[in-house]
Amino acid sequence: MSAPAAPPRTLLLGIGNLLWADEGFGVRVVEHIARHYRFGPEVRLLDGGTQGIYLVDQVRWAELLVIFDAVDYGLAPGTLKLVEGEAVPRFLGARKMSLHQTGFQEVLALAALLGDLPERMLLVGVQPAELEDFGGSLTPGVRAMIEPAVAAARDWLAPHGVEWTALAQPSEPGALADLPHGALALGRYEQERPSVEQACRSGDARVLERLRED
Amino acid sequence: MTVKTPNGYSLDDSGRRVVVDPVTRIEGHMRCEVNLDDDNVIRNAVSTGTMWRGLEVILRGRDPRDAWAFTERICGVCTGTHALTSVRAVEDALGIAIPENANSIRNIMQLTLQVHDHLVHFYHLHALDWVDVVSALDADPRETSRLAQSISAWPLSSPGYFRDVQNRVKRFVESGQLGPFMNGYWGNPAYKLPPEANLLALTHYLEALDFQKEIVKIHTVYGGKNPHPNWLVGGVPCAINVDGTGAVGAVNMERLNLISSIIDRTIEFIDQVYVPDLIAIAGFYKDWTYGGGLSSQAVLSYGDIPEHANDDSAENQLLPRGAIINGRFDEIHDVDLRDPDEIQEFVDHAWFSYPDESRGLHPWDGITEPNFTLGPNTKGTRTRIEQIDERAKYSWIKAPRWRGHAMEVGPLARWTIGYAKGIPEFKEPVDKLLTDLGLPFDALFSTLGRTAARGLEASWAAHKLRHFQDKLMAAIAAGDTTTANVERWEPSTWPKRAKGVGTSEAPRGALGHWVVIDSGKIENYQAVVPTTWNGSPRDPAGNIGAFEAALLNTPVARADEPLEILRTLHSFDPCLACSTHVMGPGGEELTRVKVR
Repeated sequence: MSAPAAPPRTLLLGIGNLLWADEGFGVRVVEHIARHYRFGPEVRLLDGGTQGIYLVDQVRWAELLVIFDAVDYGLAPGTLKLVEGEAVPRFLGARKMSLHQTGFQEVLALAALLGDLPERMLLVGVQPAELEDFGGSLTPGVRAMIEPAVAAARDWLAPHGVEWTALAQPSEPGALADLPHGALALGRYEQERPSVEQACRSGDARVLERLRED
Repeated sequence: MTVKTPNGYSLDDSGRRVVVDPVTRIEGHMRCEVNLDDDNVIRNAVSTGTMWRGLEVILRGRDPRDAWAFTERICGVCTGTHALTSVRAVEDALGIAIPENANSIRNIMQLTLQVHDHLVHFYHLHALDWVDVVSALDADPRETSRLAQSISAWPLSSPGYFRDVQNRVKRFVESGQLGPFMNGYWGNPAYKLPPEANLLALTHYLEALDFQKEIVKIHTVYGGKNPHPNWLVGGVPCAINVDGTGAVGAVNMERLNLISSIIDRTIEFIDQVYVPDLIAIAGFYKDWTYGGGLSSQAVLSYGDIPEHANDDSAENQLLPRGAIINGRFDEIHDVDLRDPDEIQEFVDHAWFSYPDESRGLHPWDGITEPNFTLGPNTKGTRTRIEQIDERAKYSWIKAPRWRGHAMEVGPLARWTIGYAKGIPEFKEPVDKLLTDLGLPFDALFSTLGRTAARGLEASWAAHKLRHFQDKLMAAIAAGDTTTANVERWEPSTWPKRAKGVGTSEAPRGALGHWVVIDSGKIENYQAVVPTTWNGSPRDPAGNIGAFEAALLNTPVARADEPLEILRTLHSFDPCLACSTHVMGPGGEELTRVKVR
């Protein structure tokens, strides 16, 4: 019997802008994983934010890539949908709503151009309900999808021998390098948000006029 | 109808209108409209930021020590430079001095960003405005090899190497994955490079993509992580322990040596690949002299890269500070960011309200009250604008002015000021570049001049990395490992009310954050970012901003392929994520170009 193969290099990547309501979904999923689980050295967790070209190298490193993101599938808000393999770039490119400098579709294309596309890819996407609430947090329906998103990633990775060690106590927000800064951790981010009276958000409605009329 | 602007431009909106929306390969959302005359020359230009900005909406009431972490998330490009500017603003407000080592490390972080951003901009966001990828696939690799060896000692230059790259890109394109090459106007007559030069540039596009990952490792070491490195009010958050051996925590000798080696390789890559490519490409476009705009008339830099800590004088800034107006290069004005009469933002052409819109407001007194209205000559509907009315409000970007003047900011502004001040490390490379290309001094004030200044600055910044790393190592060797001053960390040590300003020279230009702190919390926070300056709409006097001025009088080869428009806009390295906030879903992959 031969020795078991080394576990595949796995990247769990959250992308999106956490300052823009449901756009923060991917980063919040990674934050949740970082607080509740530990992995061996073959697994990397990354809060990719809205980075573009910076992420190409991380993607090239991975053999298995799981991307968490808010994706406009045209489904009901809060719907979780998984997309695998070659179909992934299509969903990351169409009707791009985020500010990702280089659309993530392009990050994958650049990795492919360099001959280093991960062997297997999974996109765990949620249909956002609200993107325009600058400084806002996840809407309840989208927040409820964090744990199902984690479960979906675990199921998909299970046949590949990726081990998740659950922590008895969740770690402190901001204590780990791959988490957003403590002030941006979900709890503080929400609690310390200025009120409508304090910081006029009325612009959003007017800005949104075009969206609503569409 | 022809209108003369106070800053010396003629605008004629009678010709065919071309709408480009969104402008691609930039950060953020932007729209551009131009009028072409019968010879396809741009006679009127209108630049619209299609998103609404509002940092104050997220920061009011928060702890000023955390502000940097929020500003770092505004966009995916300038992360660290916003964070640096934010901690400087808070330190200014609270009177906090930082240790000399913290100044060195911050400069290394900022210079790293400059080098990285300029390199990625040149190859991945701008080169394809000059380089025809499809033509590169027809090149003879032996010709490319000859060209490469004639311009640089860079070792990767054999015919076989270029043939391999060519085959790799061919396979990629043939597989239908156009990816980054999807939105090109391949075959447009405005492309002037011969096939072998196109292949050289395309090859270095890939090499730069691979190499850039090395540069950002500097952020990972001194910032603790990347993306989103850590910053600290009072210094830098990395402790130094030269004897440390563990991977966790303090920066040890092994990490310091790693950085030193990355700096050496960065200098090599910039000087042997980026700068020679820039000169080679520019040599084929010497006749394309358009796009100068405000650069020969009015430029502004706040200065950055302080040699010593806690000294805000202009003399202490290695990237020069100053303002030039009315094309008077013999008179360089100092810039005071606190003076209410110097920097002011106007909104009479922007979608905001002021009580009196004939006047501008200094950022400490800034008001951000949105007001989305369209002028009577708008075509289309509020939700689907076919043609904007630039006589009324037409952008989500405010119009900042310095003593009433529209200013260009960015590498060309900095280098023009450095040149005008007669500083040898700016003057000599510019003179050499112009001599090598056989161009007169005025050629600098163009789209290509802007692109060239960025390349020269990348080299300057790479060498300055060496300077500050050596300075840091010398301080450590002398026993100084202090990196933070926490004496005034606790809010109980702060005055009840304080206001401060922090500045930096971001890769794309002058960046300022103004903060007002009351009872330990942020009361007001305003950022005037580089693209607010360059992309500004008109002001009450009718002055046009840098983007609009730069587009004027440029001939367009094909009206339905806005290659020349993109070329000039990209030369500013626009970043609208922080200058504006989102307006619509936008982001359709393909740019909509309408000719009317």
